[in-house]
Amino acid sequence: MLYFSDLLQYSDVFFSGLMTTVELTVLTTILGVALGTACATTRQYGNKASQRAVTVYVELIRNTPFIVQLFFIFFGLPALGMRLSPWEASMIALTINLGAYSTEIIRAGLGSISKGQIEAAKVLGLTFRQTLTRVIFVPAFEKIYPALTSQCIIVMLGSAVISQISVEDLTYAANLVQSRNFRAFESYLVTALLYLGLSILLRFAFNTLGKHLFTYRATR
Amino acid sequence: MVEFTNYDILRNLLFATQWTILLSIAAFIGGSSVALLLTAMRLTRNSVMTKVVRIYVELFQGTPLLMQMFLCFFGLSMLGYEISAWGAAILSLTFFTSAFLVEIWRGCIDTLPKGQWEASRCLGLNFLQTLRYIILPQAIRVATAPTVGFSVQVIKGTALASIIGFVELTKVGTMLNNATFEPFKVFTLVAIIYFLLCYPLSWYSKILEKKFNVSR
Repeated sequence: MLYFSDLLQYSDVFFSGLMTTVELTVLTTILGVALGTACATTRQYGNKASQRAVTVYVELIRNTPFIVQLFFIFFGLPALGMRLSPWEASMIALTINLGAYSTEIIRAGLGSISKGQIEAAKVLGLTFRQTLTRVIFVPAFEKIYPALTSQCIIVMLGSAVISQISVEDLTYAANLVQSRNFRAFESYLVTALLYLGLSILLRFAFNTLGKHLFTYRATR
Repeated sequence: MVEFTNYDILRNLLFATQWTILLSIAAFIGGSSVALLLTAMRLTRNSVMTKVVRIYVELFQGTPLLMQMFLCFFGLSMLGYEISAWGAAILSLTFFTSAFLVEIWRGCIDTLPKGQWEASRCLGLNFLQTLRYIILPQAIRVATAPTVGFSVQVIKGTALASIIGFVELTKVGTMLNNATFEPFKVFTLVAIIYFLLCYPLSWYSKILEKKFNVSR
Protein backbone atom coordinates (compact mmCIF):
# COMPACT_ATOMS: atom_id res chain seq x y z
CA MET A 1 0.00 0.00 0.00
CA LEU A 2 1.03 3.57 -0.59
CA TYR A 3 0.74 6.15 2.15
CA PHE A 4 1.11 9.61 0.71
CA SER A 5 -0.42 11.22 3.80
CA ASP A 6 2.80 10.41 5.70
CA LEU A 7 4.56 12.95 3.49
CA LEU A 8 2.30 15.87 4.33
CA GLN A 9 4.10 16.82 7.52
CA TYR A 10 7.33 17.12 5.53
CA SER A 11 5.92 19.50 2.94
CA ASP A 12 8.16 22.32 4.16
CA VAL A 13 11.25 20.09 3.65
CA PHE A 14 10.18 19.41 0.08
CA PHE A 15 9.41 23.07 -0.47
CA SER A 16 12.80 24.34 0.72
CA GLY A 17 14.51 21.64 -1.38
CA LEU A 18 12.50 22.71 -4.39
CA MET A 19 13.50 26.33 -3.80
CA THR A 20 17.21 25.41 -3.67
CA THR A 21 16.90 23.53 -6.95
CA VAL A 22 15.06 26.46 -8.57
CA GLU A 23 17.59 28.96 -7.26
CA LEU A 24 20.55 26.95 -8.52
CA THR A 25 18.84 26.37 -11.88
CA VAL A 26 18.18 30.07 -12.45
CA LEU A 27 21.71 31.07 -11.44
CA THR A 28 23.45 28.40 -13.50
CA THR A 29 21.26 29.04 -16.52
CA ILE A 30 22.30 32.68 -16.55
CA LEU A 31 25.98 32.04 -15.83
CA GLY A 32 26.21 28.93 -18.02
CA VAL A 33 24.67 30.58 -21.06
CA ALA A 34 26.93 33.62 -20.55
CA LEU A 35 29.97 31.33 -20.40
CA GLY A 36 28.72 29.42 -23.44
CA THR A 37 28.20 32.64 -25.40
CA ALA A 38 31.73 33.82 -24.60
CA CYS A 39 33.26 30.46 -25.52
CA ALA A 40 31.21 30.06 -28.70
CA THR A 41 32.18 33.56 -29.86
CA THR A 42 35.82 32.75 -29.17
CA ARG A 43 35.51 29.41 -30.92
CA GLN A 44 33.95 31.02 -33.97
CA TYR A 45 35.86 34.30 -34.31
CA GLY A 46 38.90 34.01 -32.03
CA ASN A 47 42.48 33.15 -32.93
CA LYS A 48 43.76 29.60 -33.41
CA ALA A 49 45.12 29.09 -29.88
CA SER A 50 41.97 30.26 -28.10
CA GLN A 51 39.82 28.23 -30.49
CA ARG A 52 41.78 25.13 -29.56
CA ALA A 53 41.48 25.91 -25.85
CA VAL A 54 37.69 26.15 -26.14
CA THR A 55 37.53 22.89 -28.08
CA VAL A 56 39.53 21.08 -25.39
CA TYR A 57 37.24 22.47 -22.65
CA VAL A 58 34.07 21.49 -24.51
CA GLU A 59 35.26 17.98 -25.36
CA LEU A 60 36.55 17.32 -21.83
CA ILE A 61 33.23 18.27 -20.25
CA ARG A 62 31.02 16.63 -22.83
CA ASN A 63 32.82 13.31 -22.57
CA THR A 64 32.89 12.87 -18.79
CA PRO A 65 29.91 12.31 -16.44
CA PHE A 66 28.63 15.27 -14.46
CA ILE A 67 29.02 13.42 -11.16
CA VAL A 68 32.75 12.94 -11.80
CA GLN A 69 33.12 16.65 -12.62
CA LEU A 70 31.29 17.46 -9.40
CA PHE A 71 33.45 15.12 -7.29
CA PHE A 72 36.58 16.46 -8.96
CA ILE A 73 35.64 20.03 -8.08
CA PHE A 74 34.35 19.27 -4.58
CA PHE A 75 36.89 16.67 -3.42
CA GLY A 76 39.77 17.20 -5.83
CA LEU A 77 40.28 20.96 -5.82
CA PRO A 78 40.65 21.32 -2.02
CA ALA A 79 43.74 19.12 -2.38
CA LEU A 80 45.18 21.96 -4.43
CA GLY A 81 44.22 24.46 -1.73
CA MET A 82 40.86 25.61 -3.09
CA ARG A 83 38.21 25.12 -0.42
CA LEU A 84 34.65 25.23 -1.65
CA SER A 85 31.34 24.83 0.14
CA PRO A 86 29.02 22.17 -1.35
CA TRP A 87 26.81 24.93 -2.69
CA GLU A 88 29.70 26.75 -4.37
CA ALA A 89 31.12 23.53 -5.79
CA SER A 90 27.81 22.50 -7.36
CA MET A 91 27.26 26.01 -8.64
CA ILE A 92 30.64 25.93 -10.40
CA ALA A 93 30.19 22.38 -11.67
CA LEU A 94 26.73 23.08 -13.09
CA THR A 95 27.89 26.31 -14.74
CA ILE A 96 30.93 24.67 -16.31
CA ASN A 97 28.77 21.79 -17.50
CA LEU A 98 26.07 23.96 -19.07
CA GLY A 99 28.78 26.25 -20.45
CA ALA A 100 30.33 23.43 -22.47
CA TYR A 101 27.04 22.16 -23.90
CA SER A 102 25.74 25.63 -24.69
CA THR A 103 29.02 26.48 -26.43
CA GLU A 104 28.31 23.75 -28.97
CA ILE A 105 24.70 24.84 -29.39
CA ILE A 106 25.41 28.58 -29.67
CA ARG A 107 28.26 27.95 -32.08
CA ALA A 108 25.82 26.22 -34.41
CA GLY A 109 23.70 29.39 -34.24
CA LEU A 110 26.66 31.65 -34.99
CA GLY A 111 27.63 29.41 -37.90
CA SER A 112 24.18 29.80 -39.41
CA ILE A 113 24.60 33.55 -39.92
CA SER A 114 25.53 34.14 -43.54
CA LYS A 115 28.87 35.74 -44.24
CA GLY A 116 27.24 38.46 -46.32
CA GLN A 117 25.55 39.89 -43.21
CA ILE A 118 28.87 40.23 -41.40
CA GLU A 119 30.50 41.78 -44.45
CA ALA A 120 27.59 44.17 -44.90
CA ALA A 121 27.92 45.24 -41.26
CA LYS A 122 31.61 45.89 -41.82
CA VAL A 123 30.91 47.96 -44.92
CA LEU A 124 28.38 50.00 -42.95
CA GLY A 125 31.17 50.86 -40.52
CA LEU A 126 30.06 48.80 -37.53
CA THR A 127 32.81 47.70 -35.18
CA PHE A 128 33.18 44.00 -34.45
CA ARG A 129 31.46 44.38 -31.09
CA GLN A 130 28.54 46.21 -32.69
CA THR A 131 28.30 43.57 -35.39
CA LEU A 132 28.12 40.87 -32.73
CA THR A 133 25.47 42.48 -30.57
CA ARG A 134 23.35 44.09 -33.28
CA VAL A 135 23.69 41.82 -36.29
CA ILE A 136 24.74 38.36 -35.24
CA PHE A 137 23.44 37.51 -31.77
CA VAL A 138 19.70 37.99 -32.08
CA PRO A 139 19.06 35.84 -35.18
CA ALA A 140 21.68 33.32 -34.02
CA PHE A 141 20.00 32.91 -30.62
CA GLU A 142 16.56 32.80 -32.18
CA LYS A 143 17.61 29.84 -34.30
CA ILE A 144 19.03 27.76 -31.44
CA TYR A 145 16.68 28.92 -28.68
CA PRO A 146 14.71 25.63 -28.45
CA ALA A 147 17.89 23.53 -28.28
CA LEU A 148 19.45 25.85 -25.73
CA THR A 149 16.44 25.87 -23.43
CA SER A 150 16.05 22.10 -23.50
CA GLN A 151 19.72 21.83 -22.54
CA CYS A 152 19.02 24.12 -19.56
CA ILE A 153 16.21 21.77 -18.51
CA ILE A 154 18.51 18.75 -18.87
CA VAL A 155 21.04 20.48 -16.60
CA MET A 156 18.25 21.20 -14.07
CA LEU A 157 17.38 17.49 -14.02
CA GLY A 158 21.06 16.57 -13.80
CA SER A 159 21.37 18.80 -10.73
CA ALA A 160 19.68 16.00 -8.73
CA VAL A 161 23.22 14.61 -8.36
CA ILE A 162 24.40 17.52 -6.18
CA SER A 163 22.50 15.98 -3.26
CA GLN A 164 25.45 13.57 -3.13
CA ILE A 165 27.72 16.31 -1.80
CA SER A 166 24.97 17.28 0.66
CA VAL A 167 23.54 20.33 -1.04
CA GLU A 168 20.01 20.50 0.33
CA ASP A 169 18.16 20.36 -2.97
CA LEU A 170 14.97 18.52 -3.89
CA THR A 171 16.64 15.10 -4.09
CA TYR A 172 18.29 15.68 -0.72
CA ALA A 173 14.83 16.43 0.70
CA ALA A 174 13.53 13.15 -0.75
CA ASN A 175 16.40 11.20 0.82
CA LEU A 176 15.89 12.95 4.15
CA VAL A 177 12.17 12.26 4.25
CA GLN A 178 12.50 8.61 3.28
CA SER A 179 15.19 8.09 5.91
CA ARG A 180 12.77 9.45 8.57
CA ASN A 181 9.52 7.71 7.68
CA PHE A 182 10.80 4.84 5.48
CA ARG A 183 8.28 5.68 2.77
CA ALA A 184 10.86 5.45 -0.01
CA PHE A 185 8.56 4.83 -2.94
CA GLU A 186 6.08 7.56 -2.02
CA SER A 187 8.83 10.05 -1.27
CA TYR A 188 10.70 9.45 -4.54
CA LEU A 189 7.50 9.35 -6.57
CA VAL A 190 6.38 12.73 -5.23
CA THR A 191 9.85 14.14 -5.87
CA ALA A 192 9.93 12.78 -9.41
CA LEU A 193 6.56 14.42 -10.04
CA LEU A 194 7.86 17.69 -8.60
CA TYR A 195 10.80 17.53 -11.00
CA LEU A 196 8.40 16.78 -13.85
CA GLY A 197 6.28 19.77 -12.89
CA LEU A 198 9.35 21.93 -12.65
CA SER A 199 10.57 20.93 -16.11
CA ILE A 200 7.13 21.58 -17.63
CA LEU A 201 6.99 24.94 -15.86
CA LEU A 202 10.51 25.82 -17.04
CA ARG A 203 9.66 24.95 -20.63
CA PHE A 204 6.57 27.15 -20.39
CA ALA A 205 8.62 30.02 -18.90
CA PHE A 206 11.28 29.69 -21.61
CA ASN A 207 8.63 29.71 -24.35
CA THR A 208 7.00 32.82 -22.92
CA LEU A 209 10.39 34.50 -22.56
CA GLY A 210 11.25 33.53 -26.13
CA LYS A 211 8.13 35.19 -27.46
CA HIS A 212 9.17 38.44 -25.77
CA LEU A 213 12.84 38.20 -26.71
CA PHE A 214 12.36 37.59 -30.41
CA THR A 215 9.59 40.02 -31.26
CA TYR A 216 11.78 42.16 -33.50
CA ARG A 217 10.35 40.61 -36.65
CA ALA A 218 6.76 41.33 -35.73
CA THR A 219 7.26 44.90 -34.56
CA ARG A 220 9.19 46.10 -37.58
CA MET B 1 47.25 -0.25 6.88
CA VAL B 2 47.32 -1.18 3.22
CA GLU B 3 49.34 1.12 1.02
CA PHE B 4 47.94 1.93 -2.40
CA THR B 5 50.51 2.49 -5.10
CA ASN B 6 49.61 4.29 -8.30
CA TYR B 7 49.59 0.92 -9.98
CA ASP B 8 47.03 -0.41 -7.48
CA ILE B 9 44.76 2.57 -8.02
CA LEU B 10 44.91 2.26 -11.78
CA ARG B 11 44.43 -1.50 -11.69
CA ASN B 12 41.33 -1.22 -9.51
CA LEU B 13 39.88 1.51 -11.68
CA LEU B 14 40.47 -0.45 -14.85
CA PHE B 15 38.90 -3.49 -13.25
CA ALA B 16 35.83 -1.41 -12.44
CA THR B 17 35.74 -0.01 -15.96
CA GLN B 18 34.60 -3.35 -17.33
CA TRP B 19 31.44 -3.05 -15.21
CA THR B 20 30.81 0.42 -16.59
CA ILE B 21 31.20 -0.96 -20.11
CA LEU B 22 28.99 -3.95 -19.39
CA LEU B 23 26.28 -1.80 -17.85
CA SER B 24 26.45 0.62 -20.79
CA ILE B 25 26.08 -2.20 -23.31
CA ALA B 26 23.20 -3.78 -21.39
CA ALA B 27 21.44 -0.42 -21.06
CA PHE B 28 21.98 0.38 -24.71
CA ILE B 29 20.62 -2.96 -25.89
CA GLY B 30 17.66 -2.73 -23.52
CA GLY B 31 17.02 0.90 -24.39
CA SER B 32 17.15 0.46 -28.14
CA SER B 33 14.88 -2.60 -28.01
CA VAL B 34 12.24 -0.68 -26.07
CA ALA B 35 12.74 2.35 -28.31
CA LEU B 36 12.20 0.15 -31.37
CA LEU B 37 8.94 -1.07 -29.92
CA LEU B 38 7.84 2.47 -29.09
CA THR B 39 8.79 3.72 -32.56
CA ALA B 40 6.70 0.94 -34.09
CA MET B 41 3.80 1.94 -31.83
CA ARG B 42 4.13 5.54 -32.95
CA LEU B 43 4.30 4.62 -36.63
CA THR B 44 0.93 2.88 -36.49
CA ARG B 45 -0.59 6.38 -36.18
CA ASN B 46 -3.13 4.97 -33.76
CA SER B 47 -4.07 7.91 -31.54
CA VAL B 48 -4.04 5.91 -28.29
CA MET B 49 -0.65 4.36 -29.07
CA THR B 50 0.98 7.67 -30.02
CA LYS B 51 -0.40 9.25 -26.86
CA VAL B 52 1.09 6.45 -24.75
CA VAL B 53 4.47 7.01 -26.38
CA ARG B 54 4.22 10.75 -25.84
CA ILE B 55 3.45 10.35 -22.14
CA TYR B 56 6.26 7.80 -21.78
CA VAL B 57 8.76 10.21 -23.33
CA GLU B 58 7.46 13.13 -21.28
CA LEU B 59 7.72 11.14 -18.03
CA PHE B 60 11.24 9.83 -18.55
CA GLN B 61 12.70 12.93 -20.17
CA GLY B 62 11.10 15.21 -17.61
CA THR B 63 12.39 13.51 -14.46
CA PRO B 64 16.00 13.08 -13.34
CA LEU B 65 17.67 9.75 -14.15
CA LEU B 66 18.70 9.60 -10.50
CA MET B 67 15.03 9.68 -9.39
CA GLN B 68 14.22 6.91 -11.83
CA MET B 69 17.02 4.84 -10.34
CA PHE B 70 15.85 5.49 -6.78
CA LEU B 71 12.30 4.55 -7.74
CA CYS B 72 13.46 1.34 -9.41
CA PHE B 73 15.82 0.41 -6.60
CA PHE B 74 14.15 1.49 -3.33
CA GLY B 75 10.65 1.73 -4.71
CA LEU B 76 10.32 -1.70 -6.23
CA SER B 77 11.81 -3.46 -3.23
CA MET B 78 9.43 -1.48 -1.03
CA LEU B 79 6.54 -2.81 -3.11
CA GLY B 80 7.79 -6.33 -2.53
CA TYR B 81 9.87 -7.01 -5.65
CA GLU B 82 13.43 -7.92 -4.74
CA ILE B 83 15.79 -6.11 -7.12
CA SER B 84 19.58 -5.81 -7.10
CA ALA B 85 21.48 -2.58 -7.77
CA TRP B 86 22.55 -4.11 -11.09
CA GLY B 87 18.94 -4.86 -12.04
CA ALA B 88 17.69 -1.44 -10.96
CA ALA B 89 20.47 0.29 -12.88
CA ILE B 90 19.73 -1.63 -16.08
CA LEU B 91 15.98 -1.08 -15.71
CA SER B 92 16.19 2.68 -15.14
CA LEU B 93 18.87 3.19 -17.81
CA THR B 94 16.64 1.26 -20.23
CA PHE B 95 13.77 3.68 -19.54
CA PHE B 96 16.08 6.68 -19.86
CA THR B 97 17.79 5.48 -23.05
CA SER B 98 14.58 4.44 -24.79
CA ALA B 99 12.84 7.74 -24.01
CA PHE B 100 15.62 9.68 -25.70
CA LEU B 101 16.22 7.26 -28.58
CA VAL B 102 12.55 7.17 -29.55
CA GLU B 103 12.62 10.96 -29.88
CA ILE B 104 15.85 10.90 -31.89
CA TRP B 105 14.51 8.25 -34.23
CA ARG B 106 11.23 10.06 -34.57
CA GLY B 107 13.13 13.08 -35.87
CA CYS B 108 15.01 10.85 -38.34
CA ILE B 109 11.85 9.24 -39.73
CA ASP B 110 10.11 12.61 -39.93
CA THR B 111 12.90 14.08 -42.06
CA LEU B 112 11.97 11.66 -44.85
CA PRO B 113 9.55 13.38 -47.21
CA LYS B 114 5.93 12.33 -46.94
CA GLY B 115 5.96 11.58 -50.65
CA GLN B 116 7.93 8.42 -49.90
CA TRP B 117 5.02 6.97 -47.96
CA GLU B 118 2.52 8.07 -50.59
CA ALA B 119 4.59 6.73 -53.49
CA SER B 120 4.89 3.34 -51.75
CA ARG B 121 1.16 3.34 -51.24
CA CYS B 122 0.65 3.97 -54.97
CA LEU B 123 3.05 1.16 -55.83
CA GLY B 124 0.84 -1.14 -53.80
CA LEU B 125 3.21 -1.78 -50.88
CA ASN B 126 1.52 -2.39 -47.56
CA PHE B 127 2.55 -0.71 -44.31
CA LEU B 128 5.17 -3.29 -43.29
CA GLN B 129 6.64 -3.49 -46.78
CA THR B 130 6.92 0.29 -46.95
CA LEU B 131 8.70 0.27 -43.61
CA ARG B 132 11.01 -2.59 -44.52
CA TYR B 133 12.00 -1.58 -48.07
CA ILE B 134 11.52 2.20 -48.25
CA ILE B 135 11.57 3.94 -44.88
CA LEU B 136 13.97 1.96 -42.67
CA PRO B 137 16.92 1.77 -45.10
CA GLN B 138 16.88 5.56 -45.41
CA ALA B 139 16.04 6.29 -41.78
CA ILE B 140 18.85 4.07 -40.47
CA ARG B 141 21.37 6.05 -42.48
CA VAL B 142 20.15 9.30 -40.95
CA ALA B 143 19.83 7.83 -37.46
CA THR B 144 23.28 6.26 -37.07
CA ALA B 145 25.22 9.42 -36.23
CA PRO B 146 22.87 10.77 -33.50
CA THR B 147 22.42 7.26 -32.06
CA VAL B 148 26.17 6.78 -31.71
CA GLY B 149 26.32 10.28 -30.23
CA PHE B 150 23.66 9.38 -27.70
CA SER B 151 25.53 6.26 -26.59
CA VAL B 152 27.95 8.71 -24.93
CA GLN B 153 25.05 9.92 -22.76
CA VAL B 154 24.33 6.30 -21.81
CA ILE B 155 27.92 5.70 -20.68
CA LYS B 156 27.83 8.90 -18.64
CA GLY B 157 24.44 7.90 -17.25
CA THR B 158 25.89 4.68 -15.84
CA ALA B 159 27.97 6.81 -13.44
CA LEU B 160 24.76 7.44 -11.47
CA ALA B 161 24.47 3.72 -10.71
CA SER B 162 27.27 4.33 -8.20
CA ILE B 163 24.77 6.21 -6.03
CA ILE B 164 22.51 3.17 -5.58
CA GLY B 165 25.61 1.14 -4.73
CA PHE B 166 26.47 -0.57 -7.98
CA VAL B 167 30.24 -0.95 -8.04
CA GLU B 168 31.42 0.56 -11.31
CA LEU B 169 34.04 3.14 -12.24
CA THR B 170 32.67 6.11 -10.27
CA LYS B 171 31.92 3.97 -7.19
CA VAL B 172 35.42 2.49 -7.15
CA GLY B 173 36.70 6.04 -7.59
CA THR B 174 34.92 7.22 -4.44
CA MET B 175 36.00 4.07 -2.57
CA LEU B 176 39.63 4.58 -3.55
CA ASN B 177 39.35 8.23 -2.57
CA ASN B 178 38.15 7.19 0.89
CA ALA B 179 41.06 4.76 1.20
CA THR B 180 43.89 6.88 -0.18
CA PHE B 181 42.79 10.48 0.58
CA GLU B 182 44.10 11.48 -2.81
CA PRO B 183 40.96 12.85 -4.44
CA PHE B 184 42.78 14.88 -7.06
CA LYS B 185 44.69 11.93 -8.44
CA VAL B 186 41.81 9.46 -8.20
CA PHE B 187 39.15 11.62 -9.80
CA THR B 188 41.52 12.81 -12.52
CA LEU B 189 42.14 9.18 -13.43
CA VAL B 190 38.41 8.40 -13.31
CA ALA B 191 37.70 11.35 -15.60
CA ILE B 192 40.44 10.28 -18.01
CA ILE B 193 39.04 6.75 -18.24
CA TYR B 194 35.54 8.07 -18.94
CA PHE B 195 36.98 10.41 -21.53
CA LEU B 196 38.80 7.55 -23.24
CA LEU B 197 35.55 5.58 -23.34
CA CYS B 198 33.39 8.42 -24.60
CA TYR B 199 35.57 10.50 -26.88
CA PRO B 200 36.05 7.88 -29.62
CA LEU B 201 32.26 7.54 -29.83
CA SER B 202 31.75 11.32 -29.99
CA TRP B 203 34.42 11.51 -32.66
CA TYR B 204 32.95 8.64 -34.66
CA SER B 205 29.50 10.21 -34.49
CA LYS B 206 30.90 13.46 -35.87
CA ILE B 207 32.60 11.61 -38.73
CA LEU B 208 29.35 9.80 -39.55
CA GLU B 209 27.47 13.06 -39.52
CA LYS B 210 29.92 14.64 -41.97
CA LYS B 211 29.78 11.60 -44.23
CA PHE B 212 26.02 11.71 -44.30
CA ASN B 213 25.89 15.43 -45.06
CA VAL B 214 28.24 14.97 -48.00
CA SER B 215 26.24 12.14 -49.51
CA ARG B 216 23.11 14.23 -49.29
